[in-house]
Amino acid sequence: MTDIREVSVDELRHLVSDRAMSGETMLLNMGPQHPSTHGVLRLLLELDGEVVVNVIPDIGFLHTGVEKTAESKNYQQAEVMTDRLDYLNPMGNNLTYCLAVEKLTELDVPPRAQAIRVILAELQRISSHLLWLGTSALDLGAMSMFLYCFRERELVLNIFELVSGQRMMTTFIRPGGLWRDVPVEFEATVRDFLKAMPRRIKEYDDLLEKNEIFLDRTKGIGILTKEDCFQYGLSGPVIRGSGVAHDLRKKQPYSGYDLYDFDIPTHPEGDVYARYRVRVEEMTQSLRIIEQALNKLPYGPVRSNNRKYVPPPRSEIGVSMEALIHHFKLWTEGFTPPAGHVYVATESPRGELGVYMESDGTARPYRVHLVTPTFVNLQAVPVMSRKHYIADLIGIVGSIDIVLGDADR
Amino acid sequence: MGLEQKAGNMGIVTTSLEKAVNWSRTNAMWPMLFGLACCAIEMMSAQAADYDMSRFGMELMRASPRQSDLMIVAGRVSRKMAPVVRKLYDQMPAPKWVIAMGDCASCGGIFNNYAILQGVDEIVPVDVYVAGCPPRPEALIHGVLTLHEKVRKEKIKDWA
Amino acid sequence: MSEHLQNTITRIQARNHVEVEEFRGEYTVFVDPEKIQTFMLELRDQHDFNICMDVTAVDYYPQETPRFHVIYQLYSMQHNVRLQVRTRIDGNHPKLDTVQGIYASANWKEREVYDLFGIHFTGHPDLRRMVMPEDWVGQASILMKS
Repeated sequence: MTDIREVSVDELRHLVSDRAMSGETMLLNMGPQHPSTHGVLRLLLELDGEVVVNVIPDIGFLHTGVEKTAESKNYQQAEVMTDRLDYLNPMGNNLTYCLAVEKLTELDVPPRAQAIRVILAELQRISSHLLWLGTSALDLGAMSMFLYCFRERELVLNIFELVSGQRMMTTFIRPGGLWRDVPVEFEATVRDFLKAMPRRIKEYDDLLEKNEIFLDRTKGIGILTKEDCFQYGLSGPVIRGSGVAHDLRKKQPYSGYDLYDFDIPTHPEGDVYARYRVRVEEMTQSLRIIEQALNKLPYGPVRSNNRKYVPPPRSEIGVSMEALIHHFKLWTEGFTPPAGHVYVATESPRGELGVYMESDGTARPYRVHLVTPTFVNLQAVPVMSRKHYIADLIGIVGSIDIVLGDADR
Repeated sequence: MGLEQKAGNMGIVTTSLEKAVNWSRTNAMWPMLFGLACCAIEMMSAQAADYDMSRFGMELMRASPRQSDLMIVAGRVSRKMAPVVRKLYDQMPAPKWVIAMGDCASCGGIFNNYAILQGVDEIVPVDVYVAGCPPRPEALIHGVLTLHEKVRKEKIKDWA
Repeated sequence: MSEHLQNTITRIQARNHVEVEEFRGEYTVFVDPEKIQTFMLELRDQHDFNICMDVTAVDYYPQETPRFHVIYQLYSMQHNVRLQVRTRIDGNHPKLDTVQGIYASANWKEREVYDLFGIHFTGHPDLRRMVMPEDWVGQASILMKS
């Protein structure tokens, strides 16, 4: 065990106001182990009584070194780590990573694979929003929401388990398509989910919309203006809660999102309540996308036929010499994309998730950098929480849907 | 429970102190509300409606280490977090137990690099390791039940 | 290439001598490190690149002599286009002017680059380690290539 490092207030002089130096305001440490920081976020608070003067977030308690480790793995192996970054959005992370690899190698993805990717990514968005709804309502004192939301989240996880054999970290989306085709029960299971879900969403509305405490603790709290959003580069439900209709699924469609008809829910208030409404309405929109994708789910292969980058199906390996060689080469050496760099961004449940990938022509990525929404959105917490009570800080931090694995990488 | 038949109407049960203490310890083992990464989400699933850990009397998560007996290290522990985890462990009152939930907490998992502790047993003594990335909620419940079995076998002479 | 991006690049090139690179439909502009602040200000105010999505760096040791590239990902909400700005800086006491006064989002991103690459951003108000422990004593800058 290392010695405890003593920090004097002088080291923080540039971060806190002069009043803290004279002891007029109080410096309080919150986290990293605190039940409402959703993981391991540390906030250094400067308080004037109960009122927040300043918040200094400290992240990195879950720093995983993914970017460095990816440099020593080949492209297929590095994908496994992207699941565990934003652990509420593994499918979306896989999708972003695969889109980057596909852009680098100019791989085409068959339409069936694209449609299934969209279905899975939207299911993941619903499950992520459900978890957010459950936990942040729990933070604000609505205990039963947690139990209801997890009930529906299990339905989504069951679908993931059906298609991939894993509940959370699936690595189901691979460069060039999918790991394998979905089983026959997939469509019926998703349709059952689609049928059940709208009534459940109404249940959440009934539980929260008439809950005076919840409304009092969310309306008018943590207001963000449009200008702040642009300055801090915010994205996702946070920016849509401030009235900016910005959604990468619409603006820069990927994986065939332009084929589907959906709206971008926005609310102009910019407070915690607006962000909550945006997320709940997004779930309904996600259901719409899933239904459309399921209705016109095309038949065909789910993996690209480019054998330089995508392994052949199992059935070919037994009968074709070339297939065996390709398979062997791909799983021992990996593939070598041309040298260059790409930046691909998708709309994760929290905002813009970007992958900057640089290849030097070898089988291992030269640099993988992940631009993660939580990291960006967390920067706005001091702006949102100034002059609010410390109890409202819980709601504000919850409202940007922080996932610390996403922030620290 | 079958206890009534055994005890009859006398209202007295004879047992050894060891058994009585271990029984009470296993039946009121309060975990600390403390999640790190992906496994924390599965830990939450385990407490939610579908898996419902409270069936086994282990749902009462305490946010304060002073009130808890069991630390479930759910997720990867980074070098920055390690002193904090150790401090939390030191703050827990004895008797205390540790479950390393998931591959990252058990052995570093897929993250063999500069930032992640290669197993939380580098800093705290671990009683039960639960495998999986992340383990299913059933696996966590099994891990806690395994710990209960271990606690039931503890001897008075080892407590001192 | 979108019209706005085309116009931006022609106007930038008319005024400064910048290299422009294209790969897979993405445009990259190379800027001198001394000019980074004025250049970013110009992009923000005159060409509507109002969002800085990301600041990161890449280390090209040993194959290139100014070993670091600092990379800015800019996005224009109005025109829905992206532009990558790169600048080359030397590995010997690497330093660069901060752009956090122009884009507030660069504040933490620059701290992260400082933490993981050891690049000093002059004028940054709060240049502390971002993700590593403050008393970290291992290899000073983790993402450097040895």
